Amino acid sequence: MNLKNSWWKILGALLVIYVAIAGLTGEVPRQPILNETIRNVYFHVPMWFSMMVLMTISMVRSIQYLRSGNIVRDQQALSFAHTAFALGIIGFLTGAIWGKFTWGSAFPVDPKLIAVEVGLLIYAAYFIMRGSFEDEQKKARLAAVYNIFAFAAFMPLVWILPRITDSLHPGNGGNPAFGKYDMDSQMRMVFYPAVVGWILVGIWIASLRARILNLEYKKTEI
Amino acid sequence: MKEILALLGKEITLEWRNKYAFNGMILYLISTVFICFLSFKIKVDALNPIVWNTLFWIIILFTAINAIAKSFSQEGQNRHAYYYTLASPEAIIVSKLIYNFLLMLFLAFVGLGIYVAFLDNPIQDLGMYILSVSLGALGFAGTLTLVSGIASKADNTSSLMALMSFPIIIPMLLMLMRLSKNAMDGLAFSVSRDEIFTLIGLDGIVIALSFILFPFLWRS
Repeated sequence: MNLKNSWWKILGALLVIYVAIAGLTGEVPRQPILNETIRNVYFHVPMWFSMMVLMTISMVRSIQYLRSGNIVRDQQALSFAHTAFALGIIGFLTGAIWGKFTWGSAFPVDPKLIAVEVGLLIYAAYFIMRGSFEDEQKKARLAAVYNIFAFAAFMPLVWILPRITDSLHPGNGGNPAFGKYDMDSQMRMVFYPAVVGWILVGIWIASLRARILNLEYKKTEI
Repeated sequence: MKEILALLGKEITLEWRNKYAFNGMILYLISTVFICFLSFKIKVDALNPIVWNTLFWIIILFTAINAIAKSFSQEGQNRHAYYYTLASPEAIIVSKLIYNFLLMLFLAFVGLGIYVAFLDNPIQDLGMYILSVSLGALGFAGTLTLVSGIASKADNTSSLMALMSFPIIIPMLLMLMRLSKNAMDGLAFSVSRDEIFTLIGLDGIVIALSFILFPFLWRS
Protein backbone atom coordinates (compact mmCIF):
# COMPACT_ATOMS: atom_id res chain seq x y z
CA MET A 1 0.00 0.00 0.00
CA ASN A 2 1.82 2.97 -1.34
CA LEU A 3 0.31 6.36 -0.55
CA LYS A 4 1.75 7.83 -3.74
CA ASN A 5 -0.30 5.52 -5.97
CA SER A 6 -3.40 5.11 -3.87
CA TRP A 7 -4.12 8.64 -2.63
CA TRP A 8 -6.89 9.04 -5.21
CA LYS A 9 -8.63 5.88 -4.05
CA ILE A 10 -8.64 7.13 -0.47
CA LEU A 11 -9.83 10.54 -1.65
CA GLY A 12 -12.62 8.98 -3.71
CA ALA A 13 -13.79 6.76 -0.86
CA LEU A 14 -13.74 9.65 1.62
CA LEU A 15 -15.64 11.91 -0.77
CA VAL A 16 -18.34 9.31 -1.38
CA ILE A 17 -18.74 8.70 2.36
CA TYR A 18 -18.89 12.46 2.94
CA VAL A 19 -21.50 12.83 0.20
CA ALA A 20 -23.63 10.00 1.58
CA ILE A 21 -23.70 11.63 5.02
CA ALA A 22 -23.89 15.29 4.05
CA GLY A 23 -26.23 14.58 1.16
CA LEU A 24 -28.82 12.86 3.32
CA THR A 25 -28.56 15.01 6.44
CA GLY A 26 -27.48 18.45 5.21
CA GLU A 27 -29.70 21.46 4.73
CA VAL A 28 -31.31 21.82 1.31
CA PRO A 29 -33.38 24.71 -0.04
CA ARG A 30 -37.15 24.18 -0.03
CA GLN A 31 -38.27 24.13 -3.65
CA PRO A 32 -41.82 23.67 -4.89
CA ILE A 33 -42.45 20.23 -6.49
CA LEU A 34 -38.86 19.14 -5.87
CA ASN A 35 -39.07 19.29 -2.07
CA GLU A 36 -36.69 16.80 -0.49
CA THR A 37 -36.10 14.95 -3.77
CA ILE A 38 -33.59 17.65 -4.61
CA ARG A 39 -31.11 15.53 -2.66
CA ASN A 40 -31.14 13.13 -5.60
CA VAL A 41 -28.99 15.63 -7.45
CA TYR A 42 -26.04 14.38 -5.37
CA PHE A 43 -26.57 10.79 -6.50
CA HIS A 44 -28.25 10.95 -9.91
CA VAL A 45 -26.18 13.58 -11.70
CA PRO A 46 -22.70 12.31 -10.69
CA MET A 47 -23.61 8.92 -12.24
CA TRP A 48 -23.75 10.57 -15.67
CA PHE A 49 -20.50 12.45 -15.20
CA SER A 50 -18.82 9.30 -14.06
CA MET A 51 -20.34 7.25 -16.88
CA MET A 52 -19.17 9.67 -19.56
CA VAL A 53 -15.65 9.80 -18.11
CA LEU A 54 -15.44 5.99 -17.97
CA MET A 55 -16.75 5.63 -21.54
CA THR A 56 -14.12 8.06 -22.74
CA ILE A 57 -11.39 6.17 -20.88
CA SER A 58 -12.66 2.92 -22.40
CA MET A 59 -12.39 4.43 -25.87
CA VAL A 60 -8.88 5.73 -25.19
CA ARG A 61 -7.85 2.28 -23.95
CA SER A 62 -9.18 0.77 -27.18
CA ILE A 63 -7.06 3.19 -29.22
CA GLN A 64 -4.04 2.29 -27.10
CA TYR A 65 -4.75 -1.39 -27.68
CA LEU A 66 -4.82 -0.93 -31.44
CA ARG A 67 -1.54 0.97 -31.33
CA SER A 68 0.30 -1.41 -29.01
CA GLY A 69 -1.41 -4.81 -29.30
CA ASN A 70 -1.09 -5.21 -25.53
CA ILE A 71 -3.98 -7.40 -24.32
CA VAL A 72 -4.04 -5.61 -20.92
CA ARG A 73 -5.30 -2.48 -22.66
CA ASP A 74 -8.21 -4.41 -24.11
CA GLN A 75 -9.11 -5.84 -20.71
CA GLN A 76 -9.11 -2.29 -19.35
CA ALA A 77 -11.33 -1.10 -22.19
CA LEU A 78 -13.80 -3.88 -21.42
CA SER A 79 -13.88 -3.30 -17.68
CA PHE A 80 -14.26 0.47 -18.06
CA ALA A 81 -17.17 -0.16 -20.43
CA HIS A 82 -18.68 -2.63 -17.93
CA THR A 83 -18.47 -0.13 -15.10
CA ALA A 84 -19.84 2.68 -17.25
CA PHE A 85 -22.75 0.43 -18.19
CA ALA A 86 -23.52 -0.32 -14.55
CA LEU A 87 -23.33 3.37 -13.62
CA GLY A 88 -25.61 4.15 -16.57
CA ILE A 89 -28.22 1.72 -15.26
CA ILE A 90 -28.00 3.17 -11.75
CA GLY A 91 -28.32 6.68 -13.18
CA PHE A 92 -31.30 5.54 -15.22
CA LEU A 93 -33.03 4.06 -12.16
CA THR A 94 -32.36 7.02 -9.86
CA GLY A 95 -33.62 9.28 -12.64
CA ALA A 96 -36.77 7.19 -13.09
CA ILE A 97 -37.58 7.39 -9.37
CA TRP A 98 -36.95 11.11 -9.36
CA GLY A 99 -38.99 11.67 -12.51
CA LYS A 100 -41.88 9.69 -11.04
CA PHE A 101 -42.18 12.16 -8.16
CA THR A 102 -41.45 15.44 -9.92
CA TRP A 103 -42.60 15.06 -13.54
CA GLY A 104 -45.26 12.47 -12.88
CA SER A 105 -43.72 9.96 -15.26
CA ALA A 106 -40.73 7.70 -14.81
CA PHE A 107 -39.89 7.61 -18.53
CA PRO A 108 -40.95 10.84 -20.25
CA VAL A 109 -39.89 11.58 -23.84
CA ASP A 110 -36.71 13.46 -23.19
CA PRO A 111 -33.49 13.83 -25.22
CA LYS A 112 -31.31 12.86 -22.26
CA LEU A 113 -33.25 9.67 -21.72
CA ILE A 114 -33.02 8.81 -25.42
CA ALA A 115 -29.29 9.49 -25.37
CA VAL A 116 -28.67 7.17 -22.44
CA GLU A 117 -30.92 4.47 -23.88
CA VAL A 118 -28.92 4.56 -27.12
CA GLY A 119 -25.69 4.56 -25.14
CA LEU A 120 -26.73 1.51 -23.13
CA LEU A 121 -27.80 -0.25 -26.35
CA ILE A 122 -24.42 0.45 -27.94
CA TYR A 123 -22.50 -0.96 -24.99
CA ALA A 124 -24.81 -3.97 -24.74
CA ALA A 125 -24.07 -4.65 -28.42
CA TYR A 126 -20.36 -4.27 -27.63
CA PHE A 127 -20.55 -6.93 -24.89
CA ILE A 128 -22.51 -9.32 -27.07
CA MET A 129 -20.22 -8.92 -30.07
CA ARG A 130 -17.25 -9.71 -27.84
CA GLY A 131 -18.94 -12.94 -26.84
CA SER A 132 -19.16 -14.17 -30.42
CA PHE A 133 -15.43 -14.46 -31.04
CA GLU A 134 -13.21 -17.24 -29.77
CA ASP A 135 -9.68 -16.12 -30.47
CA GLU A 136 -8.46 -13.60 -27.86
CA GLN A 137 -6.39 -11.34 -30.09
CA LYS A 138 -8.98 -11.28 -32.85
CA LYS A 139 -11.76 -10.57 -30.35
CA ALA A 140 -9.74 -7.77 -28.79
CA ARG A 141 -8.94 -6.13 -32.10
CA LEU A 142 -12.48 -6.25 -33.50
CA ALA A 143 -13.96 -5.10 -30.19
CA ALA A 144 -11.56 -2.16 -30.10
CA VAL A 145 -12.52 -1.16 -33.62
CA TYR A 146 -16.21 -1.33 -32.74
CA ASN A 147 -15.71 0.53 -29.46
CA ILE A 148 -14.02 3.49 -31.16
CA PHE A 149 -16.50 3.55 -34.02
CA ALA A 150 -19.51 3.35 -31.70
CA PHE A 151 -18.19 6.06 -29.40
CA ALA A 152 -17.68 8.41 -32.33
CA ALA A 153 -21.16 7.67 -33.67
CA PHE A 154 -22.68 8.13 -30.22
CA MET A 155 -21.14 11.48 -29.29
CA PRO A 156 -22.89 13.57 -31.99
CA LEU A 157 -26.17 12.40 -30.49
CA VAL A 158 -25.65 14.84 -27.66
CA TRP A 159 -25.88 17.81 -30.01
CA ILE A 160 -28.43 16.26 -32.35
CA LEU A 161 -31.10 15.32 -29.84
CA PRO A 162 -31.96 18.74 -28.42
CA ARG A 163 -33.20 19.60 -31.94
CA ILE A 164 -35.53 16.62 -32.01
CA THR A 165 -37.47 17.26 -28.82
CA ASP A 166 -37.61 19.59 -25.86
CA SER A 167 -36.10 18.55 -22.59
CA LEU A 168 -37.54 18.48 -19.11
CA HIS A 169 -34.09 18.51 -17.59
CA PRO A 170 -32.85 21.71 -16.02
CA GLY A 171 -30.52 23.68 -18.23
CA ASN A 172 -32.19 22.45 -21.47
CA GLY A 173 -35.09 23.56 -23.61
CA GLY A 174 -35.65 26.84 -21.80
CA ASN A 175 -35.52 25.39 -18.30
CA PRO A 176 -33.07 27.14 -16.01
CA ALA A 177 -30.05 25.13 -14.93
CA PHE A 178 -29.72 23.97 -11.36
CA GLY A 179 -26.69 26.15 -10.86
CA LYS A 180 -28.61 29.33 -11.49
CA TYR A 181 -31.44 29.24 -9.01
CA ASP A 182 -31.89 26.04 -7.12
CA MET A 183 -28.47 25.17 -5.91
CA ASP A 184 -27.22 27.36 -3.11
CA SER A 185 -23.61 27.39 -2.00
CA GLN A 186 -24.30 24.78 0.65
CA MET A 187 -25.55 22.31 -1.96
CA ARG A 188 -22.57 23.00 -4.16
CA MET A 189 -20.32 22.03 -1.26
CA VAL A 190 -21.80 18.54 -1.58
CA PHE A 191 -22.45 18.39 -5.31
CA TYR A 192 -18.94 19.02 -6.64
CA PRO A 193 -17.31 16.56 -4.21
CA ALA A 194 -19.99 14.04 -5.24
CA VAL A 195 -19.03 14.37 -8.91
CA VAL A 196 -15.31 14.00 -8.21
CA GLY A 197 -15.87 11.21 -5.71
CA TRP A 198 -18.03 9.10 -8.02
CA ILE A 199 -15.61 9.54 -10.93
CA LEU A 200 -12.71 8.39 -8.76
CA VAL A 201 -14.62 5.44 -7.33
CA GLY A 202 -15.79 4.49 -10.83
CA ILE A 203 -12.21 4.44 -12.08
CA TRP A 204 -11.20 2.41 -9.03
CA ILE A 205 -13.90 -0.21 -9.59
CA ALA A 206 -13.03 -0.44 -13.27
CA SER A 207 -9.31 -0.88 -12.63
CA LEU A 208 -10.02 -3.59 -10.04
CA ARG A 209 -12.17 -5.38 -12.62
CA ALA A 210 -9.41 -5.05 -15.19
CA ARG A 211 -6.95 -6.68 -12.76
CA ILE A 212 -9.35 -9.56 -12.10
CA LEU A 213 -9.83 -10.06 -15.84
CA ASN A 214 -6.08 -10.08 -16.30
CA LEU A 215 -5.62 -12.72 -13.56
CA GLU A 216 -8.33 -14.90 -15.09
CA TYR A 217 -6.73 -14.52 -18.50
CA LYS A 218 -3.36 -15.59 -17.12
CA LYS A 219 -4.96 -18.58 -15.40
CA THR A 220 -6.53 -19.87 -18.62
CA GLU A 221 -3.35 -19.24 -20.53
CA ILE A 222 -1.32 -21.65 -18.39
CA MET B 1 -6.13 5.12 -57.56
CA LYS B 2 -5.77 2.41 -60.18
CA GLU B 3 -6.01 -0.15 -57.40
CA ILE B 4 -9.29 1.33 -56.20
CA LEU B 5 -10.76 1.35 -59.71
CA ALA B 6 -9.71 -2.25 -60.29
CA LEU B 7 -11.25 -3.35 -56.99
CA LEU B 8 -14.41 -1.38 -57.72
CA GLY B 9 -14.62 -3.05 -61.13
CA LYS B 10 -14.21 -6.42 -59.42
CA GLU B 11 -17.08 -5.67 -57.03
CA ILE B 12 -19.40 -4.66 -59.85
CA THR B 13 -18.49 -7.68 -61.99
CA LEU B 14 -19.03 -9.96 -59.01
CA GLU B 15 -22.44 -8.45 -58.42
CA TRP B 16 -23.30 -8.76 -62.09
CA ARG B 17 -22.40 -12.44 -62.16
CA ASN B 18 -24.36 -13.06 -58.99
CA LYS B 19 -27.56 -11.55 -60.23
CA TYR B 20 -29.77 -13.57 -57.94
CA ALA B 21 -28.46 -11.71 -54.87
CA PHE B 22 -29.14 -8.37 -56.48
CA ASN B 23 -32.58 -9.37 -57.71
CA GLY B 24 -33.22 -10.73 -54.27
CA MET B 25 -32.69 -7.29 -52.76
CA ILE B 26 -35.07 -5.69 -55.26
CA LEU B 27 -37.66 -8.35 -54.50
CA TYR B 28 -37.12 -7.76 -50.77
CA LEU B 29 -37.92 -4.07 -51.31
CA ILE B 30 -41.00 -4.80 -53.39
CA SER B 31 -42.41 -7.33 -50.95
CA THR B 32 -41.84 -5.07 -47.95
CA VAL B 33 -43.53 -2.14 -49.64
CA PHE B 34 -46.36 -4.44 -50.71
CA ILE B 35 -46.86 -5.64 -47.13
CA CYS B 36 -47.04 -2.01 -46.00
CA PHE B 37 -49.51 -1.33 -48.78
CA LEU B 38 -51.68 -4.25 -47.67
CA SER B 39 -51.58 -3.26 -44.02
CA PHE B 40 -52.08 0.49 -44.38
CA LYS B 41 -54.03 1.12 -47.54
CA ILE B 42 -56.28 -1.73 -48.49
CA LYS B 43 -59.29 -1.07 -46.29
CA VAL B 44 -58.84 2.28 -44.64
CA ASP B 45 -56.32 4.91 -45.58
CA ALA B 46 -54.49 5.07 -42.26
CA LEU B 47 -51.20 6.47 -43.50
CA ASN B 48 -50.50 9.98 -42.32
CA PRO B 49 -47.35 11.83 -43.50
CA ILE B 50 -45.28 11.10 -40.40
CA VAL B 51 -45.97 7.37 -40.62
CA TRP B 52 -45.31 7.47 -44.36
CA ASN B 53 -41.88 8.98 -43.80
CA THR B 54 -40.91 6.76 -40.88
CA LEU B 55 -42.00 3.62 -42.70
CA PHE B 56 -39.93 4.58 -45.73
CA TRP B 57 -36.78 5.02 -43.69
CA ILE B 58 -37.31 1.80 -41.78
CA ILE B 59 -37.69 -0.10 -45.05
CA ILE B 60 -34.51 1.51 -46.41
CA LEU B 61 -32.64 0.75 -43.18
CA PHE B 62 -33.53 -2.94 -43.26
CA THR B 63 -32.74 -3.18 -46.95
CA ALA B 64 -29.39 -1.49 -46.32
CA ILE B 65 -28.48 -3.89 -43.53
CA ASN B 66 -29.40 -6.89 -45.67
CA ALA B 67 -27.61 -5.56 -48.73
CA ILE B 68 -24.40 -4.49 -47.05
CA ALA B 69 -24.16 -7.45 -44.65
CA LYS B 70 -22.88 -9.59 -47.48
CA SER B 71 -20.22 -7.15 -48.66
CA PHE B 72 -17.52 -9.03 -46.76
CA SER B 73 -19.08 -12.38 -45.98
CA GLN B 74 -19.91 -13.14 -49.61
CA GLU B 75 -16.31 -13.93 -50.46
CA GLY B 76 -14.62 -16.57 -48.36
CA GLN B 77 -11.77 -16.13 -45.90
CA ASN B 78 -9.31 -17.59 -48.40
CA ARG B 79 -10.23 -15.01 -51.01
CA HIS B 80 -9.63 -12.30 -48.41
CA ALA B 81 -6.22 -13.69 -47.66
CA TYR B 82 -5.50 -13.47 -51.37
CA TYR B 83 -6.58 -9.81 -51.57
CA TYR B 84 -4.49 -9.16 -48.49
CA THR B 85 -1.37 -10.05 -50.44
CA LEU B 86 -2.41 -7.98 -53.46
CA ALA B 87 -3.95 -4.71 -52.31
CA SER B 88 -3.55 -2.16 -49.54
CA PRO B 89 -6.35 -2.07 -46.94
CA GLU B 90 -7.03 1.60 -47.74
CA ALA B 91 -7.75 0.75 -51.39
CA ILE B 92 -10.05 -2.08 -50.33
CA ILE B 93 -12.11 -0.02 -47.90
CA VAL B 94 -12.40 2.90 -50.33
CA SER B 95 -13.56 0.61 -53.12
CA LYS B 96 -16.05 -1.12 -50.81
CA LEU B 97 -17.35 2.24 -49.60
CA ILE B 98 -17.82 3.57 -53.12
CA TYR B 99 -19.43 0.36 -54.25
CA ASN B 100 -21.79 0.19 -51.27
CA PHE B 101 -22.66 3.86 -51.74
CA LEU B 102 -23.62 3.23 -55.37
CA LEU B 103 -25.57 0.14 -54.40
CA MET B 104 -27.42 1.98 -51.63
CA LEU B 105 -28.13 4.93 -53.90
CA PHE B 106 -29.63 2.59 -56.48
CA LEU B 107 -31.65 0.61 -53.93
CA ALA B 108 -32.88 3.73 -52.14
CA PHE B 109 -34.14 5.35 -55.34
CA VAL B 110 -35.72 2.15 -56.63
CA GLY B 111 -37.29 1.81 -53.18
CA LEU B 112 -38.56 5.38 -53.28
CA GLY B 113 -40.06 4.78 -56.71
CA ILE B 114 -41.88 1.61 -55.66
CA TYR B 115 -42.95 3.20 -52.41
CA VAL B 116 -44.41 6.26 -54.15
CA ALA B 117 -46.13 4.05 -56.70
CA PHE B 118 -47.88 1.99 -54.04
CA LEU B 119 -48.43 4.44 -51.21
CA ASP B 120 -49.06 7.83 -52.86
CA ASN B 121 -46.69 10.73 -53.00
CA PRO B 122 -47.10 13.37 -50.27
CA ILE B 123 -43.65 14.92 -50.99
CA GLN B 124 -43.83 18.61 -51.75
CA ASP B 125 -40.15 19.40 -52.25
CA LEU B 126 -38.85 16.49 -54.30
CA GLY B 127 -35.34 17.95 -54.75
CA MET B 128 -34.81 18.19 -51.02
CA TYR B 129 -36.18 14.68 -50.47
CA ILE B 130 -33.78 13.33 -53.08
CA LEU B 131 -30.94 15.13 -51.29
CA SER B 132 -31.92 13.54 -47.99
CA VAL B 133 -32.14 10.08 -49.60
CA SER B 134 -28.67 10.56 -51.11
CA LEU B 135 -27.20 11.68 -47.80
CA GLY B 136 -28.88 8.70 -46.18
CA ALA B 137 -27.39 6.31 -48.73
CA LEU B 138 -23.94 7.78 -48.12
CA GLY B 139 -24.29 7.55 -44.35
CA PHE B 140 -25.70 4.02 -44.35
CA ALA B 141 -22.94 2.84 -46.68
CA GLY B 142 -20.29 4.49 -44.49
CA THR B 143 -21.57 3.08 -41.21
CA LEU B 144 -22.58 -0.38 -42.35
CA THR B 145 -19.49 -1.22 -44.40
CA LEU B 146 -17.20 -1.22 -41.38
CA VAL B 147 -19.76 -3.01 -39.22
CA SER B 148 -20.19 -5.71 -41.85
CA GLY B 149 -16.41 -6.07 -41.90
CA ILE B 150 -16.48 -6.76 -38.15
CA ALA B 151 -19.52 -9.02 -38.34
CA SER B 152 -18.08 -11.09 -41.20
CA LYS B 153 -15.36 -12.37 -38.86
CA ALA B 154 -17.93 -14.03 -36.61
CA ASP B 155 -20.07 -17.09 -37.21
CA ASN B 156 -23.50 -15.52 -36.74
CA THR B 157 -22.90 -12.72 -39.24
CA SER B 158 -26.43 -11.58 -39.98
CA SER B 159 -27.75 -11.28 -36.42
CA LEU B 160 -24.54 -9.64 -35.24
CA MET B 161 -24.75 -7.19 -38.11
CA ALA B 162 -28.24 -6.01 -37.13
CA LEU B 163 -27.35 -5.94 -33.45
CA MET B 164 -24.23 -3.82 -33.91
CA SER B 165 -25.53 -1.42 -36.51
CA PHE B 166 -28.91 -0.41 -35.06
CA PRO B 167 -27.67 1.58 -32.08
CA ILE B 168 -24.93 3.41 -33.94
CA ILE B 169 -27.17 4.35 -36.85
CA ILE B 170 -29.87 5.92 -34.64
CA PRO B 171 -28.43 9.48 -34.61
CA MET B 172 -28.20 9.48 -38.39
CA LEU B 173 -31.66 8.01 -38.79
CA LEU B 174 -33.25 10.62 -36.52
CA MET B 175 -31.60 13.40 -38.50
CA LEU B 176 -32.62 11.88 -41.84
CA MET B 177 -36.23 11.53 -40.78
CA ARG B 178 -36.27 15.12 -39.70
CA LEU B 179 -34.73 16.42 -42.90
CA SER B 180 -37.02 14.35 -45.10
CA LYS B 181 -40.05 15.44 -43.07
CA ASN B 182 -39.07 19.04 -43.77
CA ALA B 183 -38.80 18.16 -47.45
CA MET B 184 -42.24 16.51 -47.39
CA ASP B 185 -43.76 19.65 -45.92
CA GLY B 186 -42.01 21.78 -48.51
CA LEU B 187 -40.25 23.97 -45.94
CA ALA B 188 -37.65 26.47 -47.13
CA PHE B 189 -34.00 25.49 -47.46
CA SER B 190 -32.96 27.75 -44.58
CA VAL B 191 -35.06 25.67 -42.16
CA SER B 192 -33.25 22.46 -43.07
CA ARG B 193 -29.76 23.91 -43.41
CA ASP B 194 -28.81 22.80 -39.91
CA GLU B 195 -29.90 19.22 -40.55
CA ILE B 196 -28.06 19.06 -43.87
CA PHE B 197 -24.80 20.21 -42.34
CA THR B 198 -25.20 17.87 -39.38
CA LEU B 199 -25.77 14.97 -41.75
CA ILE B 200 -22.78 15.87 -43.90
CA GLY B 201 -20.73 16.05 -40.69
CA LEU B 202 -21.98 12.65 -39.52
CA ASP B 203 -21.29 11.08 -42.92
CA GLY B 204 -17.80 12.59 -42.84
CA ILE B 205 -17.10 11.21 -39.36
CA VAL B 206 -18.17 7.64 -40.13
CA ILE B 207 -16.36 7.52 -43.47
CA ALA B 208 -13.14 8.97 -42.04
CA LEU B 209 -13.28 6.49 -39.14
CA SER B 210 -13.93 3.54 -41.46
CA PHE B 211 -10.86 4.58 -43.42
CA ILE B 212 -8.71 4.84 -40.28
CA LEU B 213 -9.97 1.73 -38.50
CA PHE B 214 -10.27 -0.70 -41.40
CA PRO B 215 -6.54 -1.56 -41.62
CA PHE B 216 -6.72 -2.95 -38.05
CA LEU B 217 -9.69 -5.08 -38.94
CA TRP B 218 -8.11 -6.30 -42.14
CA ARG B 219 -5.05 -7.61 -40.35
CA SER B 220 -6.94 -10.40 -38.60
